[in-house]
Amino acid sequence: MLNLARLAWRPAACRPSAHGARRSFASAGVPLSRFVGAQTPYTHECSFYYPHVHDLPAAMPVFRLMDDEGVAVAGGVLPDLDEPTCVRMMETMVSVNEFDKVFFDAQRQGRLSFYFTNRGEEACAVGSCAALKLEDWIWPQYRELGAIFWRGYTYEEAANQCCHNELDMTKGRQLPMHIGSPEKYSMYVKSNLGQQVPAANGAAYFQKLLGKERCAITYFGEGCASEGDIPSALNIAAVHGCPTIFFCRNNGYAISTHTDDQYKSDGIAPRGVAFGMPSIRVDGNDIFAVYAATARAREIAVREGKPTMIEAMSYRINSHSTSDDDSKYRRSESPEAGYDSERDYWEARSPIVRFGKHLIAKGWWSAQREDDLRKVLRKRAITALNDAEKIPQPHPKHLYTDVFDTIPWHLELQQATLKDHLTRYRKHYPDVSDEHINSL
Amino acid sequence: MLRPQARRAIGRVSLSRRLSSQVPATAKMTMFAAINDAMRVALATDPRAVVFGEDVAFGGVFRCTMGLLEEFGKERVLNMPINEQGLVGFGIGMAAVGGTAIAEVQFADYIFPAMDQICNEAAKFRYRSGGEFDVGGLTIRAPANAVGHGGHYHSQSPEAYFAHTPGLKVVYPRDAITAKGLLLACIRDRNPCIFFEPKVLYRSSVQEVPTGDFMLPLGKAEVLTEGSDITLVAWGAQVHVMLKAAARAAEEGISVECIDLATILPWDMHTIRDSVRKTGRLVVTHEAPLTAGFGAEICATIQTHCFDSLEAPIARVCGADTPFPLALEKLYLPDELKVYDAIKQAVSY
Repeated sequence: MLNLARLAWRPAACRPSAHGARRSFASAGVPLSRFVGAQTPYTHECSFYYPHVHDLPAAMPVFRLMDDEGVAVAGGVLPDLDEPTCVRMMETMVSVNEFDKVFFDAQRQGRLSFYFTNRGEEACAVGSCAALKLEDWIWPQYRELGAIFWRGYTYEEAANQCCHNELDMTKGRQLPMHIGSPEKYSMYVKSNLGQQVPAANGAAYFQKLLGKERCAITYFGEGCASEGDIPSALNIAAVHGCPTIFFCRNNGYAISTHTDDQYKSDGIAPRGVAFGMPSIRVDGNDIFAVYAATARAREIAVREGKPTMIEAMSYRINSHSTSDDDSKYRRSESPEAGYDSERDYWEARSPIVRFGKHLIAKGWWSAQREDDLRKVLRKRAITALNDAEKIPQPHPKHLYTDVFDTIPWHLELQQATLKDHLTRYRKHYPDVSDEHINSL
Repeated sequence: MLRPQARRAIGRVSLSRRLSSQVPATAKMTMFAAINDAMRVALATDPRAVVFGEDVAFGGVFRCTMGLLEEFGKERVLNMPINEQGLVGFGIGMAAVGGTAIAEVQFADYIFPAMDQICNEAAKFRYRSGGEFDVGGLTIRAPANAVGHGGHYHSQSPEAYFAHTPGLKVVYPRDAITAKGLLLACIRDRNPCIFFEPKVLYRSSVQEVPTGDFMLPLGKAEVLTEGSDITLVAWGAQVHVMLKAAARAAEEGISVECIDLATILPWDMHTIRDSVRKTGRLVVTHEAPLTAGFGAEICATIQTHCFDSLEAPIARVCGADTPFPLALEKLYLPDELKVYDAIKQAVSY
């Protein structure tokens, strides 16, 4: 029998508060992070927890090198990055942001079927990819535009993919922002969740088998971590020593689902330790911390032949995609006084703002420079979009190509049937050109 | 145990002898030994090939991977944790970056946790990247079909699920020789392949199997017996039921053309079409449940292409639309007598 009186008797401190309290771990004098996904103390040490070596704390701390104002924290060792590299990291984050703005608006204008932005999470993709070598395979989820931009993927290529025109390398087969590139060692984004994670193991293991000092990085969100593919992959990676970097972007929301409804664990990072791999939690809005943790993870992968788990704490500033209205589910209250909303609080701490402050203090950046850059990028994004829209749609034959390496008889037959149909009902298909029908 | 170099040298000798004399060298093998031999050839001829699955290190529960770890090393013959989605995903990743991934799923009945990896990833990998990437180097082996005492979860024939997903090749051998030839062809084919091994034949099928490098073409049905009155189509273990039923009918003077489909997808429509245009009658038989089984696809397509030639309704003799039973397995299965009866009804229509 449930004893209600006994429940009511519990001291106030033990009662869960509205949200967040169950993952708050106050310790005297140490400021707690306020991330949606975990509120744990900060640390300036880039230390991975090794299974069977380190005691796992009740709450894994958040590694950061810059505070909310972009000031280097005492005792932290900043990565040895020169001015051109830091400026390029900043420029790449800004280029993601400007591309997002133009293409998000284009979707709202009915020019694209779909879009999702990277706002607030630019440092996760750019900072991690900057710490890798080009030939390290990327197995993305979908909010990692910065990773492939870092490797030189262009606005024009992305625009062609978003407009699924005949220059889109995927022949118009996937939703906008489902990008990839063999030259950039980046697998294609796809809409389903988590399947890329076990696959990253196979790619990573194969590099090791060939004796190459290469690894694979795979990205996923804290919501995606609930998919069965993630624990499946963590276990196999640890058992077989796959040089895989499991990079979890914990941005607080999975579409509408708050982390409170996603897990009761101390976030995702301890799961890496549980499966037997060195793991760390980082401030995903601190590009230096992301870079330093990934550089260390890469070293562990190629020198120690081990997988690692990085949980990057961040905040998804925009809606999940153009298909949801975040005002219906986003929590409103700021975690600290002085801000109008949760979103405002995190906007002020977003990676571009923080890194910008840091670089300005160093004399490597300025508000004017950022303003000028944004104007140039915006113009380029608009031009890329306008140009991409004018390019014809893929030839209808690409309905049937690439299913197999060669087209089997049954697809040839279906193609011939379609051609016959289009020929006879030509006027009902105004979007298909005569030239395309005749050459089908 | 022979060293890998020595093994490879032997493989080359037998191959060159075969080429010089035009008479293939053979050795007596069970089906599991023939499958083992195919994987040995694959590992020996392709340094990028890796074999992995649950219990494969000690030789596999059906002994198909015996000796491979000792010969090729633990880096290329990997035991996997019990996790089908994880191990198939591993194979996809390896194949995507140029590896030859040979995965074993311990029973076809246990392939379903990997369904998403197979149908949403492997099958679409080439298409969704516009041909920029592919996982053609992936082959998934899985023991299928009834075994006499397997019950729900050691008996199923799930080929139709995979045939319904564009981008996969689905293949069924019927004996030791076809197991070796088709498996090696799957491993080297540039599309992801699912290779269903009729587990009842692992030890019972014993043949003189070509040694060394030996492949059979995919997508090609085989006419096993020529006939003029009726065409029968089957695959996997059911081929042997079909042949017995045909022999029984032949005793009554019925001339039956028996065809082993061998590749479920892309299936060899032309061979069946030509046969039915000649015989005017068709019976398709498979162990999997009747409704939406691959037989339905064959019947519908042949009806379209052979309408003017048909002398009788096309018939299907299949498993019941029930979960696979245990005590009543004999009644569930499309046995020799049920197939024989369908032949009789078709010729007397």
